[in-house]
Amino acid sequence: MKILVCIKHVPDTEAKIKVGSDGKNPDLAGVKMSVSPFDEYALEEALLIKEGGGASEVVVLGAGDDGVQGSLRQALAMGADRAIHASGPSLATADALTRARVLAAAIREEAPDLVFTGKTGVGDDEGQVGPMLGELLDRPHAGAVFEFSLVGTRFTAHRGIEGAVEVVEGDLPAVIAWDKGQHAPRYPSLRGIMAAKKKPFATRTTAELGVTVPVPLVVREALELPPPRPAGRLLTGDSGDAASTLARLLREEAKVI
Amino acid sequence: MGAILVLLERRGSELKAASLQALSTARRLADATGDRVVALAFGAGAASAAALAGVHGADRLFAVDDAALDLYAPEVYAATLADVATQCAADTILAAGTSLGRDLAARACARLGTGLLSDVVELERTAGGGLRGKRPVYSGKAYAWASVPDARPSMATLRPNVFPAVACGPREVEVVGIAPALVPQHARVVRLETPAAQEQDVAEAAIVVSGGRGMKAPEHFALIRNLAAALGGAVGASRAVVDAGWISHAHQVGQTGKVVSPSLYIACGISGAIQHLAGMSSSKVIVAINKDPEAPIFKVATYGIVGDVFEVLPKLTEAITKLRA
Repeated sequence: MKILVCIKHVPDTEAKIKVGSDGKNPDLAGVKMSVSPFDEYALEEALLIKEGGGASEVVVLGAGDDGVQGSLRQALAMGADRAIHASGPSLATADALTRARVLAAAIREEAPDLVFTGKTGVGDDEGQVGPMLGELLDRPHAGAVFEFSLVGTRFTAHRGIEGAVEVVEGDLPAVIAWDKGQHAPRYPSLRGIMAAKKKPFATRTTAELGVTVPVPLVVREALELPPPRPAGRLLTGDSGDAASTLARLLREEAKVI
Repeated sequence: MGAILVLLERRGSELKAASLQALSTARRLADATGDRVVALAFGAGAASAAALAGVHGADRLFAVDDAALDLYAPEVYAATLADVATQCAADTILAAGTSLGRDLAARACARLGTGLLSDVVELERTAGGGLRGKRPVYSGKAYAWASVPDARPSMATLRPNVFPAVACGPREVEVVGIAPALVPQHARVVRLETPAAQEQDVAEAAIVVSGGRGMKAPEHFALIRNLAAALGGAVGASRAVVDAGWISHAHQVGQTGKVVSPSLYIACGISGAIQHLAGMSSSKVIVAINKDPEAPIFKVATYGIVGDVFEVLPKLTEAITKLRA
């Protein structure tokens, strides 16, 4: 069984976001980039399945400009067997459906039994690509999955929704978009980093994949920062005084209780 | 004259409040252009959504009255939504930005080959009749304005509890029973597990009380739970304590947890890492209780108490219980 994991290359969650000179995109100069955290959870689960004997190969796939190669190398260092970079000049800022179409074209060439990805790419926070891959590949999908098991070609996935858990059952091949699972992503070992340099790394252009990147369906018009919060008030006195002042202010001034 | 199609989400026989918010938003957009508002509901007794749908502005309800669709079945829901959109020549599709709404909208978007704005907090028309929306990005560290200028139907999911649900008086709703789309169904939700003690979800609660590493040990989360109970709020947590296994990931607030914007957020023993701040700094009122006066959480707090959570929390719970008695 082959598992393919889609990897997105995003600003690290520690990054402070500044508006770039075009007024539409963030200024990424000097910003550390990394594997989107939910994709790391997805990769960890794929590696655990392989280590448990449930899969023979874990392939990682990233779409974007050359920057994504760094995240793919990171994924190889964590233990993926080989990487595919689907490259195109405007892919990093393309809309979700365009990126999903490029990923789907590369996935069709690989025909994996399972496609894993994060439930959302941290940053754009759209959560569109997982379900879109399901549709484009004509496969079932389950999103925001935190627990997953396989019996033969039948899967069971648990996904968190508002105040409850949905238990999804379905057949392979399938697309699973991961939330934070039960397992923390591993750090690459030194040996893993060295080994990654020798692992197969393919690049497929959008032209080779037979995908044309169309006029954007979704157009980014502006990026703005939230307004600064008004200065707060520090409540002093002993803990009893501060607590009762706070309770009163929440009711009378803020009117939230 | 076009049509705006709105997905109505039901849990059991109940319509989700967020769906009524989406419906009211559709009505607002439709009133400006003379569009019709068309709703779609799935599951046994789907036609019963008509009364509430009418009050919130629907002209017509497509009801897929099928008990096999009481629970979410992504392939069938998405294909049916796309079919109905085509059938009624919808140029716009809206859904609540819930787990189901966002998942389904993305799958339907790929089927229709169009553009989707996820999780918008503001929504308007473009000059050409598309959608333009403002949406949080980087978990709320910034907001992006984006539009679907040309592709149709233009689609958006609306962040719950941001748009008002407006009752606009009863309206005669034409109910049309339809069969679900005939597509292969390779996966479906087979059951819904609800926790025995029904806890409020942090993403939906109006009040959230969160604990961090400053609570020192998992058993001390009782202090957080007590305050949340006194306020009728939900229990949240920082990533550090979720990673430490004190509480489940469902409670995590922040960039790899849930992004929340309640009317009141109380952070207890949380220093305020940038990933946590991203997840809660759009809350209306923020209270920080922390013994370190330099903690970053105080920079976003409306009210701050520099003090020991173990002393302040019981007294605050007591004061609030007294106030609300």
